[in-house]
Amino acid sequence: MSTASPATARQAADIITEVGASEKNRPRKSRMRSHYPTWFFIPAIVLYVIFFAIPTVSSFYFSLTRWSLFDSQFIGFANYVQFFQDPQLYTSFIHTLIYAVLTSGAKVILGFLLALLLTSPVVGRGYLRAVVFFPVLLSTIGVGILWKSLLDPFHGMVNAVLGFFGLPQPGWFTDPNLALYTIAGVDIWKGVGIATLIFMAGMVAIPTEYYEAARIDGAGGWNILRRITIPLSRGATATVIILSLIGGLRSFDIIWATTGGGPGFTSDVLASVIYKQYQAGFYGLSTAGNVVLFLVVTLIMVPLSYVLNRKQVEL
Amino acid sequence: MFSRRTTTRVVATLGGIAIAALALAGCSSSGGNSNGPVTISLLAAGNDPASTKFANDLSTAFHKANPKITVKVETRPGGTDGDNLVKTRLSTGDMNDVFLYNSGSLFQALHPDSQLQPLTDESWVKDITDDFKKSVSTSKGTYGAPTATSFNGGIMYNKKVYEKLGLSVPKTWSEFISNSEKIKAAGIVPVIQSYGDTWTSQLFVLADFANVNATDPKWADDYTANKSNAKYSKQPALEGFTHTQEVFDKGLMNKDYASLTNVNALKMLATGEGAQYPMITAVISNVLQSNPDQINDIGYFAMPADSGEPHATVWEPAAAYIPKTTTGDKLAAAKKLVAFINSPTGCDIQNSAGTPAGPFAISTCTVPDNAPALVKDELKYQDDKKTGLALEFLSPIKGPNLEKILIQVGSGISTAQQGAGLYDQDVKAQAQQLGIKGW
Repeated sequence: MSTASPATARQAADIITEVGASEKNRPRKSRMRSHYPTWFFIPAIVLYVIFFAIPTVSSFYFSLTRWSLFDSQFIGFANYVQFFQDPQLYTSFIHTLIYAVLTSGAKVILGFLLALLLTSPVVGRGYLRAVVFFPVLLSTIGVGILWKSLLDPFHGMVNAVLGFFGLPQPGWFTDPNLALYTIAGVDIWKGVGIATLIFMAGMVAIPTEYYEAARIDGAGGWNILRRITIPLSRGATATVIILSLIGGLRSFDIIWATTGGGPGFTSDVLASVIYKQYQAGFYGLSTAGNVVLFLVVTLIMVPLSYVLNRKQVEL
Repeated sequence: MFSRRTTTRVVATLGGIAIAALALAGCSSSGGNSNGPVTISLLAAGNDPASTKFANDLSTAFHKANPKITVKVETRPGGTDGDNLVKTRLSTGDMNDVFLYNSGSLFQALHPDSQLQPLTDESWVKDITDDFKKSVSTSKGTYGAPTATSFNGGIMYNKKVYEKLGLSVPKTWSEFISNSEKIKAAGIVPVIQSYGDTWTSQLFVLADFANVNATDPKWADDYTANKSNAKYSKQPALEGFTHTQEVFDKGLMNKDYASLTNVNALKMLATGEGAQYPMITAVISNVLQSNPDQINDIGYFAMPADSGEPHATVWEPAAAYIPKTTTGDKLAAAKKLVAFINSPTGCDIQNSAGTPAGPFAISTCTVPDNAPALVKDELKYQDDKKTGLALEFLSPIKGPNLEKILIQVGSGISTAQQGAGLYDQDVKAQAQQLGIKGW
C-alpha cells in the first residue's frame, strides 16, 4: 500500500506532463493531420465495411438476380421491370406521398403550436412537456397494437364512446376510404413529441432581447409571432420537415402493426409492398424495390434539404 | 397439480429454446462418438399451443423410448415469417436436426434435392398414401413423413341451425345461396367471413379447386405451363372470385367481417350465431379449446360449384424433414425420431396434441372414435371418391397476394373480374420469380 501510492503519484504526474506536452503540440499537429494514429480508425472502418459498405454494394448486385437464398441467377434488369409492372406500385406510391406529406405537415403545424404553448409560462409546464413527449418513447409496434384495439370498430373504446353519444362509429382501420388517414393520425400522435422538442429548442435559443425590443416598439403578440418567432425558428422547421418527411416516405412499422397494408391494398405504401415481396420469397425483387425506394427518397430529400438549408443561410 | 405440471413444461420449453439458441449460436457440433448419448434438436411447426405441445410431447415420449437420445425442442413463427426462417436456416447450414414444415409447393421451394436428406428407403415410406408421397417427393426421392392428419377445405356449417330450419346440404351454388337467404330470414348470419385474419379470405377460391379439377383434369398442368385457358379470369376457376363477390353483394355476411378473427368466427359458428363458414377443417382444434361442448354441432360439406357435383378439396398434412447438414449419429437418431412420429405412441400423441381434422395420410395411424363429427363428413367424400388435391400440391405457383385481392373482392372494393385479373398478374410474378419456363 505504502509503496504503491508514491508510484501512482509519479504516474499521475507523468500523465499530467504528457497531457501538457501534447496540448502544447496539438495546434501544430492538428493542422496537418488527425489527432489519432491511423490504427485508431481500424475498428470503425472494419465495422463500416462489414455492416454498411458490403451490404450496400451487394444489394445493388442482388437486385439484378433471381435470388432464392439457396442460389442466385443473374437476370439483368428483369426485377426492375417487374417491380415497375406491379399493379399495386402506382397506388402505393400515391399512398406514400399522401402519407408523408400529411404526417410531415401535421407534425410541423402541431409541433410548432405545442412548442409555442410549452415555452410560454403555463401552469404545469414540465408535466405537459412530458405528456407530449411520452408517445415518442413507446415502441411503434406497441402503439400500433394499442390503437388497433382502441379503434376496433365493434369492441374498441373509441367507438363505444362515440356510440354512447349517438355519433357514427366508423371502421377506422377497416374502412377502405379511412384506413390510410387513421394510420397517419396515429403516426402524428406518436411523432409530434419529437417535432415539439425540436421547435422548443429552437424557440428557447431565440435571444430575449429581440422580444424586448419589439415590445418597446409596440409590437403585439401576432406581430411578434410573425416577425420574430416564425422566421427565427426556420432552422428548427427545416429539421422537422426533413426528419418527418424521410420518416413518412419510408414508413412501415406502424402500417404493418395496424392494417398490414389493408383492407386489400388500400393502405399499402412502398415499404409495405417491398416487405410483402420479401415475405413471398422474392428476395431479388424486394432488393430491387429497396434500391428504388432509396433513389426515390434521395431524389425528394436532396433538393429539398438544399432549398431549406439555403434559406437558413440567407437568414 | 395439472397447472404446476404445465408451468414446469413451459419453463422446460423456454430452457430448451435458450439451450438450442446457444447451440445454434456456437454452430452445431458435428460427428460425436458413436453409441454414446446423442442430443438432437427438433424445430416445431409453429409457436401456437398445438404445435408446441405436439413437439414437446413427442420429445418426451421419444426420450422415454430411447433413453440415449435427447430431443431439444425449438419453436418458430408460423406463416410467411416461418417460411423465411426455415429457408434462412437451411441456406446457412444452421437447420435443426429434424424440422416440421409444409408439404406441397412450400416444400418444393426448399430445393429438397440439395438441402434435405432423402428418406426414400425408410421402412414407413410404403405406408404413406400416394397423394401424400407426391407432396413430399421430387423425381429423385422422398423426403418427409406426415406429422398430422390431412384436412379438407370447404364449408363448415352448424348442423343444429340446418336442422332447425329444415335445410339440407347444398349440391350446387344456387342451392347454397337459397339456403343462405333462408338462414338470413331466420335472423342468423348466413356466411361468416373473418378478414381480421387475412388468410381466411381465400377459401371460396382455394377450396373450389377440386371442382375446377373435376371439370378440367388438366387445369393444374396447363396453369403451370402458362396456357391461356387455365387462368383465374376465365371459367371454371373464375367462379371462386364471383362467389366471394356474390356473398358480399347479397348482404349474406356478418357485419364485422372486416375485423373478425378466425378464432372468434369459429365461436360464432359453434354457438349457432352464424351458420356457414368457408374454412379449412384443420382449425377444428380451436373449437375444442373454445367451445368443446359444441364441437359436434359443426359439420362439413364440399364447396358447391356452379354446375356439376361438388368435390372436396384435400390438403395434405405437414411433414418432418431432415436437412443435409445432419450427419453421423445425429442422422441415425433423427431418422429414428421421424419414424417414431407414426408409431403407435406417435399416433396417440398426434391425436391428443391436436384434434384429428380428417383422415391420416399413413396407414399406421387411425382416426379415433371420438374424433369431431365433421371428420365423418369428410370421410364420406373420400369413400365416394369425390375428392381432389388443393392446387398447392399440384403446381408450385401460388401468387402471394391472393388473400389481399380476395379481401378487396369480398369487401366490394373491386369486382370479381378485376380481382381475378389482378391475381393472374400476381401468379405471373410468382412464376417469373421461380424461374419457371414459359412465363
